[in-house]
Amino acid sequence: MKTFAEMNFPGRLIAVEGLDGSGKSTQIYLLKRWLEAEGIKVYFSEWNSSEIVKSATSKGKKRELLTPTTFSLIHATDFADRYERHLVPLLRAGYVVLCDRYVFTAFARDVTRGCPPEWVRGLYNFAARPDMTMFFKADLEVSLNRILEGRPKLKFFEAGMDLRLSADPYESFRIFQGRILEQYLAMSKEFNFVVMDANQNVESQQKIVRRLVAERIDLKKFRRRSPLPLPPALAIQNGQDEKEEPAGDKAA
Amino acid sequence: MKKFDSKNGRRFYGHGIPNVRPAQLTGKLIVVEGADGSGRSTQLVRLVDWLETEGHPTVQVGLKRSTLVSEELEKAQNGNVLSRTTLALFYATDFADQLENIIIPSLKAGFIVLADRYIYTLMARDMVRGMDEKWLKNLYGIAPEPDAVFYLSVEPNELVQRNLSKTATLDYWESGMDLGLSRDLFDSFLKYQTQMGDAFRKLQKTYGFDIIDANRSTDSVTKELRKKISALLKG
Repeated sequence: MKTFAEMNFPGRLIAVEGLDGSGKSTQIYLLKRWLEAEGIKVYFSEWNSSEIVKSATSKGKKRELLTPTTFSLIHATDFADRYERHLVPLLRAGYVVLCDRYVFTAFARDVTRGCPPEWVRGLYNFAARPDMTMFFKADLEVSLNRILEGRPKLKFFEAGMDLRLSADPYESFRIFQGRILEQYLAMSKEFNFVVMDANQNVESQQKIVRRLVAERIDLKKFRRRSPLPLPPALAIQNGQDEKEEPAGDKAA
Repeated sequence: MKKFDSKNGRRFYGHGIPNVRPAQLTGKLIVVEGADGSGRSTQLVRLVDWLETEGHPTVQVGLKRSTLVSEELEKAQNGNVLSRTTLALFYATDFADQLENIIIPSLKAGFIVLADRYIYTLMARDMVRGMDEKWLKNLYGIAPEPDAVFYLSVEPNELVQRNLSKTATLDYWESGMDLGLSRDLFDSFLKYQTQMGDAFRKLQKTYGFDIIDANRSTDSVTKELRKKISALLKG
């Protein structure tokens, strides 16, 4: 699994992963605000948000129609739609793309639900690896408390009730999240996760996030230029060719 | 004719479905494949009629008929907004939903499941659109191997005639217009159906299905299908 940089994409992709309640969404939101303020071309994409697939997913969840296999496939469809229609074009145009959850969420969740790991990984093998994946690792109890305090009613699939781990949604959620955490930890090394201590307070985590991003990604290359880059044909005429050579079709 | 031997038990093509043992699937799964205009639907109606008269419980499935995503898939297709990986996965979701909710329970209950198209059409369409064959094979490793697969093969020129006499036009997707093979619907249809035929012949080598010459009359195709299915049911 090559990164976007290794595949010569002009853009860079940063993903955050972690359990519900690990604080990753807050961190990536604050990262986005900073990058925007710095004048970086930035795009944010969230797991399970494709317009086209959404109504099918929510119907499936509401009516509890999903099995581990269809749960996995419908999320892969959602991801593919965002990947092909948004992420790839933006990355070819030199954007910094921020993803709240990436394929690793599927690797962890679907396998916990009983799908064969090789099958799930195979589904997603059209996707390149993020240039940076931050894994927000909080103690299980910390994540659980954050979720269970704020939102007392757990949804069926969110609590992993389809796995029949326990008749009590809270107990089911605890067991389910614990198993997902094990899956994440098991793949941390393989996919080169940057492990973040998510037990710390939000501000100090964000400081570290910004520092790590600045260290790993040469941000000045991703500034929004004015005027916007010309289409390739015109750029050549004007002698500004070859600056951001697209990566070709390798990831298409 | 077929690699599957019911005496040796059923198998999944790949990883299968979590918690489903192939040996539980005691019914028969019979697939009819072929382009629009190959006589697929007509033959299926006749087969159901015949099988039920003979006292066999039957169930029918087909593409884009799932409760979960058929509506959304139809909508997305009409807008023509999906990229190829997305479309492939969307169709796979539709298939998996019917597999788990209809095909598997019916096979467990000993029914004859008649599939109006199966994973092969989906794979052939995706292959023509440049999807990786290995990727497709993994994706559809969830599918149980049928007891029989009949591919109704009809020459593209004959398909044109049959489609035009039925609807006076050619379907956008069955003409592969999304591929930009030609601006001309007629030319595109012929090119696309030729490519689909090639993809099927390629898949035939892996999956070993029965190619039926469906350029012939409806009755002679029915006769051949009945003969083969009778033999299968006698085991």
